[in-house]
Amino acid sequence: MERFGASFLIAGVITFLLGFFLQGVMPVLTLTSIPTRTIEEMASPVTSHFVQLAVDYPEEFARDFGEVSEATHAEALELGRDVYVAEACWHCHSQFVRPVSNEDLRFGPVSSPEEYQNLMNLPHLFGTRRVGPDLSREAGKHSNDWHAAHLYAPRSVAPYSVMPAYPWFFDDNKRPNKRGLALIAYLQWLGSWIDDSQLAALGDGGMQ
Amino acid sequence: MSAIATAGSRPLVNLTLVRWHLTASAFFMIVSMLGGLAYSFQFNQLYPFPGIEWLSPGRVRMVHTNIAAYGFIANAFIAGLLFAIPRLTKKPIFSDKLGLVIFGAWQLILVLTIVGQLAGYGQAIEWGETPVFVDPLVLVGLVLLVINMSVPIFQTEEPGLYVSLWYFLAAFAWTGLVYFMGNYLPEFWVPGTAGAAITGLFIHDLVGLFVTPIGWGLMYFFVPLLLRKPIWSHALSLIGFWGLAFFYPMQGVHHFLLSPIPMYAQYGAIVATIAVEIVVLTVIVNFFGTLHGRSEAIRGNLALRWFYTGMIMYALTCFQCAFQVTLTFQKIIHFTDWVVGHAHMVMFGVFGFWIYGFFIELWPRAVGRSWATPRLLTIHYWATLVGLTLMVVDLTAAGLVQGFLWRGLSHWGESVISSMPFWWVRTFAGLVIIGAQGLFVYALWATARQPTEATQTAPIGAVTEPAS
Repeated sequence: MERFGASFLIAGVITFLLGFFLQGVMPVLTLTSIPTRTIEEMASPVTSHFVQLAVDYPEEFARDFGEVSEATHAEALELGRDVYVAEACWHCHSQFVRPVSNEDLRFGPVSSPEEYQNLMNLPHLFGTRRVGPDLSREAGKHSNDWHAAHLYAPRSVAPYSVMPAYPWFFDDNKRPNKRGLALIAYLQWLGSWIDDSQLAALGDGGMQ
Repeated sequence: MSAIATAGSRPLVNLTLVRWHLTASAFFMIVSMLGGLAYSFQFNQLYPFPGIEWLSPGRVRMVHTNIAAYGFIANAFIAGLLFAIPRLTKKPIFSDKLGLVIFGAWQLILVLTIVGQLAGYGQAIEWGETPVFVDPLVLVGLVLLVINMSVPIFQTEEPGLYVSLWYFLAAFAWTGLVYFMGNYLPEFWVPGTAGAAITGLFIHDLVGLFVTPIGWGLMYFFVPLLLRKPIWSHALSLIGFWGLAFFYPMQGVHHFLLSPIPMYAQYGAIVATIAVEIVVLTVIVNFFGTLHGRSEAIRGNLALRWFYTGMIMYALTCFQCAFQVTLTFQKIIHFTDWVVGHAHMVMFGVFGFWIYGFFIELWPRAVGRSWATPRLLTIHYWATLVGLTLMVVDLTAAGLVQGFLWRGLSHWGESVISSMPFWWVRTFAGLVIIGAQGLFVYALWATARQPTEATQTAPIGAVTEPAS
């Protein structure tokens, strides 16, 4: 029976590889023309909200990150991304805007592959469920203070919210700790590369 | 060769290992369901453990899905393989000691997964949130499992290779490859959009190339055995197997339709998904053809009833797939609770139900006693079926409400507030399901602790509807 049995193992490997080629390798090959950017490149330029973060929480910012610079911005973005992954934020917030269902009117411009070809998206955080809104155009839609209040007690700013509270992003005096600052920096970075005029045309951010 | 030499001196089926894996499966089923139940209360703004970092709902959700797949389903499937493969090949597994090592390693993996995810080391790969430090252990465990299980298949002197074994062998080749691809490529090497394509492939292949082939392989083993008649059509079995092998691995990107992934990959996934419906139909027709003329057996035999209920769910969920994979449906239903309902119908309504059938059939053999409380098992069947059906219908409806409110540009809060009644019904359905599993675990325990002399190993089809 030996040869006959092996044929099913071999068939398994071949069909897996065929599917992997069509659904995995080919998209990779299509997208190789886009250069992959590093986290340091993505952290440049520093967002105005990161600068503002050092003003909003001067002691905490100095303690956790020191000065505002591209290097500390990159550090904050990477840590913020890791916190976003650890808390599995991506289970309830997506990070891509589809060209259907009026999503461009609600969130902003439709997503393109170039936006994701960087090491901030290793692993990618597309998400598959939206309990809360998409976050890929989040930069600047709310202030740093709003984000801090929202993370500490979501229903204080959105009474209907079913988001969990994250008190462990804050010190005993309810000011954000390093994880909290990094997550706010990360959220304020998402979509910061989008041309402001495109977002301004959308008008009221209260839509979401 | 040593296995052949010792085959005479040891029993064909290692019932101790079957018993242990079934016990672990029941234990992790309860862990996973408690996690899901707690998580559902977050949506009612009544989470029982607010503000506790390691019990944060986001982390608990990972435990719910991962332990359902790798604790509940995988343990029960290993028990099924440990029973079916030696019976089909007339050879015991390669090594009983290795079987023990695999059992221990697998439970260690599960405990490390729970601890790692609650401590904040979950990966951002859907269904593959197992922490990075657990992944190598899983791969070693899978390789050992494949060795232990495939040696009897290669040693068998039976003429021909039964269709169950085709599915098992293909799944052995697929599972390790799929696990490696999904847990490593998007995490370390392939960023962004292409990484999403591979993650989609992983989500799909985990269900399509690990759970589905082993599940159907065990169906092809148990159903003819319990009905005491051969499978209806060998030709349809062939079409079913090769159709699954060819079309299932090509559908990954259908989890990220209308995303920035190149459209040819999206269209390819859609076509392959609709094509697989033909395959699904052949398998369903084959099994209902086998049942033809013996349908009264479903009334009398609880294991068969679980199997066929799961098959009806499979037909429904695959039929649903063919529609929801189209871009027209995707506009509305993607990102909504519709998909959550679909996932529950597949993972619990099909494979969970089949697993209860395995329990009905294998637990009396594994503990050497017949079922102590047959009536409780009937209640468990109906309560589980009603609970799951309610949950799926409720989430499907909620998904449509959410999708249309979003498209209509309502305020985001509108979709959340409108979902709340549906989320309450979901929690209620979860309570019904988990209450039923409490009864089931009690039935397992009551059966195992009966005095031995009162009973003996239950004959096939021993669990019948109590006369009323």
